[in-house]
Amino acid sequence: MKTLRDTWLLFARSMMGTLRQPVWVIVGLTQPIFFLVLFAPLLDGVSKAPGFPRGGALNIFMPGLLVQLGLYGTAFVGFGLIAELRAGVIERLRVTPVSRLALLLGRALRDIVILLAQSILLVAAAWPFGLKVNLPGLAATLGLLVLLGLVMVCCSYAVALALKSEDALAPVLNTVTLPMLLLSGILLPLSLAPGWLRAVAHVNPLAYAVDAARSLFNGHAADVAVTQGFIIMGVLTVLSLWWAAGAFRQATA
Amino acid sequence: MEASTMIRTQGLRKTFKARRGTVEAVRGVDLTVQGGVIFGLLGPNGAGKTTLMRMLTTLLPPTDGEATVAGHDLRREPARVRERIGYVSQAGGVDITATGRENLILQGRLYGLDTARVRERAATLIAALELDAFADRMAGTYSGGQRRRLDLALGLVHQPPLLFLDEPTTGLDPQSRARLWDEVRRLRDSGTTVFLTTHYLDEADALCDRLAIVDEGRIVAEGTPDALKRQIAGDVVTLGVSTHNGTLAHARDLLQTQPFVREVNAEEQVLRLYVTRGEEALPSILRVLDGAGIPLETIALARPSLDDVFLRKTGHSLRDEVH
Repeated sequence: MKTLRDTWLLFARSMMGTLRQPVWVIVGLTQPIFFLVLFAPLLDGVSKAPGFPRGGALNIFMPGLLVQLGLYGTAFVGFGLIAELRAGVIERLRVTPVSRLALLLGRALRDIVILLAQSILLVAAAWPFGLKVNLPGLAATLGLLVLLGLVMVCCSYAVALALKSEDALAPVLNTVTLPMLLLSGILLPLSLAPGWLRAVAHVNPLAYAVDAARSLFNGHAADVAVTQGFIIMGVLTVLSLWWAAGAFRQATA
Repeated sequence: MEASTMIRTQGLRKTFKARRGTVEAVRGVDLTVQGGVIFGLLGPNGAGKTTLMRMLTTLLPPTDGEATVAGHDLRREPARVRERIGYVSQAGGVDITATGRENLILQGRLYGLDTARVRERAATLIAALELDAFADRMAGTYSGGQRRRLDLALGLVHQPPLLFLDEPTTGLDPQSRARLWDEVRRLRDSGTTVFLTTHYLDEADALCDRLAIVDEGRIVAEGTPDALKRQIAGDVVTLGVSTHNGTLAHARDLLQTQPFVREVNAEEQVLRLYVTRGEEALPSILRVLDGAGIPLETIALARPSLDDVFLRKTGHSLRDEVH
């Protein structure tokens, strides 16, 4: 089908471009690496506090780090799109018969592949520090991460197409991602939080993703958190794909 | 619609919603472009040329009006239109993270060309537009002229019968400009219809077979460059005749009766004649004055420029608009 073929063509092109300039891929990985090396050791002490989930500090922290990667590694892809808009690349492509959906899916697929590669590297980096890896659990966590990644890239692209300016995009992304991060239990489990903070976190989809990831990563696939996380992420994925696809179909700069 | 009409628009309109009210970028444009010509849209920045071009290339939906481009209805069959047109925007839209060849290959594939055909087209265009030396270097390293040639190649990969060029030579040095003009003429000669926008008078004059002058979203004049210029002013012949003994007045009276002279103005030292075809009028003028024994001191011929046309039709000069 034409959309699949066009998606593949654009994916291959985007991937080639990224591999030639992997700066952002590496930068995207440094933040979780810093947290792993400089923050995780602090958790050993905290893990003895009442309310801290069982499983060891690193195993509790790691899924959160993966979700953080899924959040920050992907949120800023919109900048790349703005650069292409400015250069007239998107306009040129839109005059060709290329599928409008492929314009989104090609680059989103590239972003997801990069995200998965970064995640595996992160887990590999943490393994010598004593991370207990459950392979099926890891695979399922990565599946959840793919959904989260899709939501983030689609939203980033949709907002980028609406704002068309780096100066406008940066503050929007920062304003949205920081509270999402703080209210998700990535840094410290929300079981440690006071009641009101936990209540506010209930509206943050990322919190459900983190809970689901924690359960999955440590082999507790039957937890209700897992089902909740997948449903919420699934719905958000569909909505954000629909939003971004619409944005690509409409007239741009 | 005859088989050879490439573009036909009726009442094409585009209105944008801005913070303070609406902006009417294109206010009802009726245009017909025949196949096999270089058609130019001449006008200052902000006249609506690019907006009109964006509508014709399916990038912007018109607010109102009808259009048929390359044989297909613009609003009902945009996908079919896209298959038959090429477009080179002002920015070009080259992917700078890929080589020139890679850019061409992806473009060809998006038009549905198979691998063998794509490679062949890429090679042909690289040779034709003299990109050989750097076709396999990153497009980001190209000079302005080289980039523009690559831009043009990208628009031609699928051999469209209709090519749109938005301000093709803006920012180019004179040599690159001349090369691009030659390339556009070559395309026209091989049957491609070229529709371009420009704010350069010399480009409109030298390159275009037909012109439409655009100002504030409307077409104010249309025709061949020569026809437009003749319509307005005709050529001006300036004669330096001796002012002794009423020679000037004698010459004026004599020339006023000539059929090829539209108007004669006597100024202090010269006679200014407005004629239809200067190059044909000159020998006649010389013969007439000679026959009457009037000695001619100096003679000069000035052609009207498209700026004169623009000024006459819109009330302001195109030169004032160019920054």
